[in-house]
Amino acid sequence: MSGEAEADTQVRIQPRKSGLTRRQKRAVSRGVQYVVFVAALVAIGASADWGQLQNQFAQADLAKQLFPDIITLALRNTVLYTLSGFVFGLVLGVVIALMRLSSVGPYRWLAGVYIEIFRGLPALLIFVFVGVGVPLAFPGTEIIGGTYGKVALALGLVAAAYMAETIRAGIQAVPKGQTEAARSLGFSHARAMVSIIIPQAFRIVIPPLTNELVLLFKDSSMVLFLGVTLEERELAKFGRDLASQSANSTPILVAGLCYLLVTIPLGFVVRRLEAKAQEATK
Amino acid sequence: MSTESTESPENPSSNRSDPSDPSNPSNPEIQVRGLHKSFGDNEVLRGIDLEIGRGEVVCVIGPSGSGKSTLLRCVNLLEEPTKGQVFVGGTEVTDPDVDIDAVRRRIGMVFQQFNLFPHLSVTENLTLPQRRVLGRDKARAARVAADNLQRVGLAEKADAYPSSLSGGQQQRVAIARALAMGPEVMLFDEPTSALDPELVGDVLAVMRMLANEGMTMMVVTHEMTFAREVADRVVFMDDGVIVEAGPPAQVIANPAHERTRHFLSRLLDPAMADVEDDNGREGDKGLKGDKGL
Repeated sequence: MSGEAEADTQVRIQPRKSGLTRRQKRAVSRGVQYVVFVAALVAIGASADWGQLQNQFAQADLAKQLFPDIITLALRNTVLYTLSGFVFGLVLGVVIALMRLSSVGPYRWLAGVYIEIFRGLPALLIFVFVGVGVPLAFPGTEIIGGTYGKVALALGLVAAAYMAETIRAGIQAVPKGQTEAARSLGFSHARAMVSIIIPQAFRIVIPPLTNELVLLFKDSSMVLFLGVTLEERELAKFGRDLASQSANSTPILVAGLCYLLVTIPLGFVVRRLEAKAQEATK
Repeated sequence: MSTESTESPENPSSNRSDPSDPSNPSNPEIQVRGLHKSFGDNEVLRGIDLEIGRGEVVCVIGPSGSGKSTLLRCVNLLEEPTKGQVFVGGTEVTDPDVDIDAVRRRIGMVFQQFNLFPHLSVTENLTLPQRRVLGRDKARAARVAADNLQRVGLAEKADAYPSSLSGGQQQRVAIARALAMGPEVMLFDEPTSALDPELVGDVLAVMRMLANEGMTMMVVTHEMTFAREVADRVVFMDDGVIVEAGPPAQVIANPAHERTRHFLSRLLDPAMADVEDDNGREGDKGLKGDKGL
């Protein structure tokens, strides 16, 4: 309060160039922003063809037909693909993170190359590679788990590169004294890592890993490039198929809402975890 | 080097004895021979010879950067010496073929920053190392943990997590954790330097109890009162060498060397003590940070 009063007297003391006080200027600036915002809304609202949109995306009876399959089949498959990819990626990510921190040069080098390659390629290319390239390269071999195995492999390969860097940072964030305490108690290097360091590192990296889970959840839509049976369809493929069957995009909108049903709560969880982690480091 | 120190009377030991012969009862528990340690171009230890007998309590004092913490950390090989030998209980720690994890089980260490495992409860801090390292079963580890928490007076904190404890309580848990492994030797690296002054007493009381029970102890400390009352021998280090060593009555009350006198006068003069103490702590932390990188 006193600061503002002081500012006001200052303004009065100085010559007024614009003829407005600071408070007035602030009000004008805010008013202009509201006007622009409302004008943009009105422009979009007036120019869009709402009737067409509703026709194409919001057919209530079409939407009803999607249930329960969109939940029991498509959403369920999306969750399964995501989780299998996440688990595979997590295991591989831990291995690559440990290689990155290894005292053996070639391990560090290999892990570095892996991370650069798989972070640098679009996930789509990895899916095509797994779907087409692997069967060509290893004729006669079947990826365990069929489509689920292929998805876990493709999603995991991509996720591992990101998770490895996150986990490495988490391991390095555990204070050096923890390793020293463990070693001084007679833990071997490997045991200290497994029993003391990695559990603490995981607590640090849970928020970014949950974030990675959200990304994977969306990336699982690329399954449609693998070619799947009817029973293996997930949200994106399911929505697209039914959209072309019915020549209407309502299924796409419903599938989108199904994604949000999972990603928005997960995002909320991530923010909660981050806030908690911040609290813990204080 | 003036290490012609008076051995404590109950632990007579001779330099000529073969330290690797454990059947010889006169062998020192800890023996350091010609120890050198460099960090890059910085030579922190410049030829240390030291023997600590079974049941002996030795306090290592000296200004920050004198190498006393590094010396302590060389005993259980947290720092790898550049040159020289270290024997603990007849085993050469510095032997490249030695099973260092087996040796470390016999050496308890207490750190300035406690280093409790924050993701584990107090009891789990004590039981996990026993189970993973010594292979004790759950029941036995829990029993040993409870006994040792009792010893340090923290039985009621068994289920607490480290973050809910005061610094002094954390340090006593850290001591209990080391004791639960049944060590023959205890190393203390400035165990009270990170504590608020009013919490120092509890930790020193536990250390005093250990000394009375006959534990072999090597203590790097700035607590002159503790050194005077509990130590069998005080070792004064400066600039990477042992300047003088002997009973506390001699080294602290009547130092022979000018450097010792200078250090003690600055430490004991109340006006200078705070300055010295603060500088010391910051300096030591800085040094450790450097090593960490």
